Amino acid sequence: MGMTMAEKILARHSGQAVVRPGDIAVCEVDKIIQIDLVFSASAEMPKRISNPSKIAIILDHAIPAPTVGDADGQAIAREFARRFGIEKFYDVGRHGICHQVILENGLALPGQILTCTDSHTCASGAFNCVARGMGPLEMLQIMCTGKTWYQVAPTVKFELNGSKPGSVFGKDIFLHLAAVAGSVEGHNIEFAGSGIAGLPLDDRATLATMGAELSAEFVTFPADARAIEHLRSVTDERFEPAESDPDAEYAATYAVDLSSLRPYVAKPDFIPHNTLPVADLDEKIAIDQAFVGSCANGKLEDFRVAAQIMRGRTVAPGVRFIVTPASQKVLKEAVRRGYVETLLEAGAVVTNSTCGACYGGHMGVLGAEEVCITSSTRNFKGRMGSPSARIYMASSATVAASAVAGYISDPTPLLAESL
Amino acid sequence: MSDSHSLLVQGRVWNFPDDNINTDLMMPQSVFAKPLQVQLRSVFATYRPGWVDAVRPGDIIVAGRNFGTGSSRPGSFLLKQIGIAAIVAETINGLFYRNCINYALPAMECPGVRELASEGDVMRINFATGSVDNLTQNITRSAPPMPEFLQAIIRAGGIRERLKAEGYL
Ligand code: SF4
Repeated sequence: MGMTMAEKILARHSGQAVVRPGDIAVCEVDKIIQIDLVFSASAEMPKRISNPSKIAIILDHAIPAPTVGDADGQAIAREFARRFGIEKFYDVGRHGICHQVILENGLALPGQILTCTDSHTCASGAFNCVARGMGPLEMLQIMCTGKTWYQVAPTVKFELNGSKPGSVFGKDIFLHLAAVAGSVEGHNIEFAGSGIAGLPLDDRATLATMGAELSAEFVTFPADARAIEHLRSVTDERFEPAESDPDAEYAATYAVDLSSLRPYVAKPDFIPHNTLPVADLDEKIAIDQAFVGSCANGKLEDFRVAAQIMRGRTVAPGVRFIVTPASQKVLKEAVRRGYVETLLEAGAVVTNSTCGACYGGHMGVLGAEEVCITSSTRNFKGRMGSPSARIYMASSATVAASAVAGYISDPTPLLAESL
Repeated sequence: MSDSHSLLVQGRVWNFPDDNINTDLMMPQSVFAKPLQVQLRSVFATYRPGWVDAVRPGDIIVAGRNFGTGSSRPGSFLLKQIGIAAIVAETINGLFYRNCINYALPAMECPGVRELASEGDVMRINFATGSVDNLTQNITRSAPPMPEFLQAIIRAGGIRERLKAEGYL
């Protein structure tokens, strides 16, 4: 019996020939990513760490600091980087949301193991990396010892075939999978199928990131030519991709014909089995705020499509349309290509890159009873501000089309008109 | 009552039967930077107001599917601090599960556990063997035991204690 990608990577890193679901694998970790939120006056500092070259510090959740507490925490992060000689330090100006910075800079490489405190760390699986979120204490342990344990999980396969229609994006594919498969807690997700080759890296990253909302352990994509070409353009570090064996065993397989998909939306509070095609919503849902952003969907592809929809149109009266880039690099490129100007002309607010509104931190927090359509990652009650706010989730195209209409709308007609 | 790092826990049951009970409900973002006492008061404060005051040290949580879904915030640490001695759920979110082990709060999946206990029943859980007994109703279930490697982390009092012992902290 063969192994899945995740099993192979865990086996290699724990010095075993084979691992199977249920086994414990104690592994060397290749990349350790620390974010701003873990640094505070009360956070414990280690006396020594195992290997500073494996560590990167990325300030992202609350930057530039909205409170004194955040500013003090970031000062501690700078001191930490100095004391332990951490060179990969992404301070304000080089910053971005951690998962985007990881992908842009080739910090997550095929066949590697990466850990980070943020729960959407599975994002790095877009590049065939076994990556997951960890609690702050476990991150401290990994910084100190360089290692941690994994209990090998069974894997669910998502097989993507065909090519998607122009109004369907990574987020729609994900929301469809959430309707079909529901939550997969205790399992890895492995993407497969001939439909992957045609998917932009940004869409793959959206799919990998969103695996956290199905409670996946790891999410992995194969390292195909497109992924490797990008990585070779940003790093010369060596890597060894892991392919799944033809006779690997899966707990379940879900096949999706991408050409049959339509734009999807998630209803408030949770994602698994709580999504449907936008066109099937049975009522008109008026919105107060539309948000494009987060590690999942604040990418160049999101700016491109949002600008395409907003060109020559305006944000509906009474709606706030907030667009937050996933990194400083995305923002620079979006400015260069004129996307930012288009969005501003239409009445949108384009913010600095940060986690910001995604976690209800700053720059777009929701008030009581407000309704938001977001392309970010999580729609829990209270996630983006008041617990009585209602958070719907969709692709950035659907968010932009909804900002124009004033209520949740399928973007297909606007995209067709603005080609 | 059991000692605080025991893998044999006997205590009173609290039922949290809903699926997908998330970490934001255990520990809202608004208390991140607040003192521990304020954080402890916030546990399930909007989901189950007043519950924190009713918990006694040694109590057990029996939960539904995907318990603890959400972020890496250490909700399990707060649960341990208010006195919860064990969690048994239909299924447990992987990140939350790691946090439970790391903070020495024994947790286990046991399919069917939701139907096994009424609130207030006394339950005995042996994490090393996987046996789950409702002593009040005289019903027994068994679940996959906790791997020995993880039991050792709990017996050591969690990973902070280990890091201290090894001179890292
Ligand atoms: S954008 Fe949202 S989901 Fe992504 S890292 Fe930031 S807070 Fe987490």
